[in-house]
Amino acid sequence: MSDNFAAVGVLLVFAIALPVIMMLMPKLLAPNKPHAQKLIAYECGNEPIAKTAWLGFKSNYFLYAIVFTAFDVETVFLYPWALTFRKLGTFAFIEMFIFITILLVGFWYAWKEGALEWM
Amino acid sequence: MDALNKLPLNIAAAIRGLFGDPHSIWADLTMTVIGIVLVIVLIVLAALILILLERKIGGWASQRPGPNRLGPRGWFQTIADALKLLGKEDVTPAEADRFIFKIAPMIVFALPMMTLAVIPFGMGMVPIDLDLGIMYYLAISAISTLALLMAGWGSNSNYSMLGGMRAVAQMISYEIPLIFSLLGVVMITQTFSLSKIVEAQSTIPFVVIQPIAFVIYFIAGIAEVNRAPFDLVEADQEIVAGPFTEYTGLRWGLFFLGEYGNMTAVAALITTMFLGGWQGPGFLPGIVWFFLKVGIIIFLMMWIRWTFPRMRIDHLMGLAWKVLLPLSLLNILLTGLGIYIYQYVLRIGG
Repeated sequence: MSDNFAAVGVLLVFAIALPVIMMLMPKLLAPNKPHAQKLIAYECGNEPIAKTAWLGFKSNYFLYAIVFTAFDVETVFLYPWALTFRKLGTFAFIEMFIFITILLVGFWYAWKEGALEWM
Repeated sequence: MDALNKLPLNIAAAIRGLFGDPHSIWADLTMTVIGIVLVIVLIVLAALILILLERKIGGWASQRPGPNRLGPRGWFQTIADALKLLGKEDVTPAEADRFIFKIAPMIVFALPMMTLAVIPFGMGMVPIDLDLGIMYYLAISAISTLALLMAGWGSNSNYSMLGGMRAVAQMISYEIPLIFSLLGVVMITQTFSLSKIVEAQSTIPFVVIQPIAFVIYFIAGIAEVNRAPFDLVEADQEIVAGPFTEYTGLRWGLFFLGEYGNMTAVAALITTMFLGGWQGPGFLPGIVWFFLKVGIIIFLMMWIRWTFPRMRIDHLMGLAWKVLLPLSLLNILLTGLGIYIYQYVLRIGG
C-alpha cells in the first residue's frame, strides 16, 4: 500500500484548504475597525517599551537544542534497527548498544558540565 | 455484534460498488475524501464536547458548578462560544510579521487532521492506511513546535516571544522520550503500520508488556500538547497567554480547536499503541471500544490538569532529560533482552 501517500496528498489539500475557508468567515461576519491604539502589542495596558520583541535569550536554550539534535539523529538510526530487530540477530543488538553507549558518554559529559541545568 | 462491526465495511463496499470498477482511482479517491471529511467532523465534534467536558471537570475538581446557564445543564455553552468567536474582529497588530502571524494558527489546526487520518478507528476503518504510520505520525506532530514558535515570533510582542521560546525548549526536550518510548512496541511487532500493531494486540494489549513505555509516553504526550502541569508555554499568570497573546476572534479559535484536536490525537495514539485500539470483548462494536478508551485517556489528562500545580521550568527540563530519557533507553534494552529470553524459552519448550 505504498501508493497510499497519494491519499496523504489529498489530505494535505484538505488540511490547507479548510483553515483558509474557515478564516474567510470572519471576513464576512466580523467587524473590522482598526485604529492605532488597538494595533499596539499587549503589555498589560502600558505602552510597549521597545519597537520589536527581539529579546536576549539564555545560552541554555542553545545547549538543549544541541543535545536534542544528537538524540534526534539517533532516532533516525534506531527506528529502522527496531523494525528489523529480530532478523538482524544478536550481533546487531550488541552493536546498537555500543552505539547508544557512545552517545550516552556524550550525554554524561553534557550532564556533568551542567548543560542540562536550568540556571 | 459481528454484523455491527462489519457495517462500516459493508457501507464502504456499497459506495465502491456505485463505481463501474470498484478499485478504480475514482473509487479510491471518493473513499479517501469520505474518510477525511469524517475526520474533520470528528475533530470539530471532539473540540465542542471536550471544551465543555473540561470546564465541567474543572468545576467538579474545584467544587463549583461550571457552565450551567445555556441549555440544559449548560450543554450549549461551547456552541454559543464558537458562534461568538465567529463574530469577533480579527486584529493583526501593526508591528506583527503579518504572513507568519496569520499562517501559524492554520498550521496548528491542520496538524491534528493530518495525524488523526492514519489512526485505525475500527476493523478496516482507517481513513489512510500507511505502512509508515508511526513515522508519519511522529513527523507530522513534530511540526507543532514550529507553529508555536511562528506564533510567538510573528506576534512581535514580548509575552508571545517568551512563550514561543519556552514552547521550543519544552517540546524538543519531551520529543526524545516520546519517540524512544514507542520503539519498544516496534521491536515487538516488527512493523510501523498502525493497523498491524492493533491486530498484534488481539490477545494482550501492549500496556501489560510495556508499562514503562506507556507511562513515559503518557507524560511526554501531556507535555507535547502543553497541558497543565506542563503548561509553561501559555502560563496565564506569568506571560498572559504565551504565543496566543495577540490573537483574537476565529484565529484564536483555530488554536483552541487545534489544541483539543492534538489532545485527541495523542489519546488516539496511546489507545492504538498500548491499549489495543478497537480490540475488546465482543459485546460492543470495535469503534465504541476505541472511543471509550480514548475517552478514558482524555479524562485522565483532564483530571491531571485540574489536580497538579504547574511545574517549575528547571524541574520540567530535569524530568525530561534526567528521568524520562534514561528510563526510555533502559526500556529499549529491557525489551530487547526480553525478546531474546522469550525466543530462547520458545526454542527450549518447542
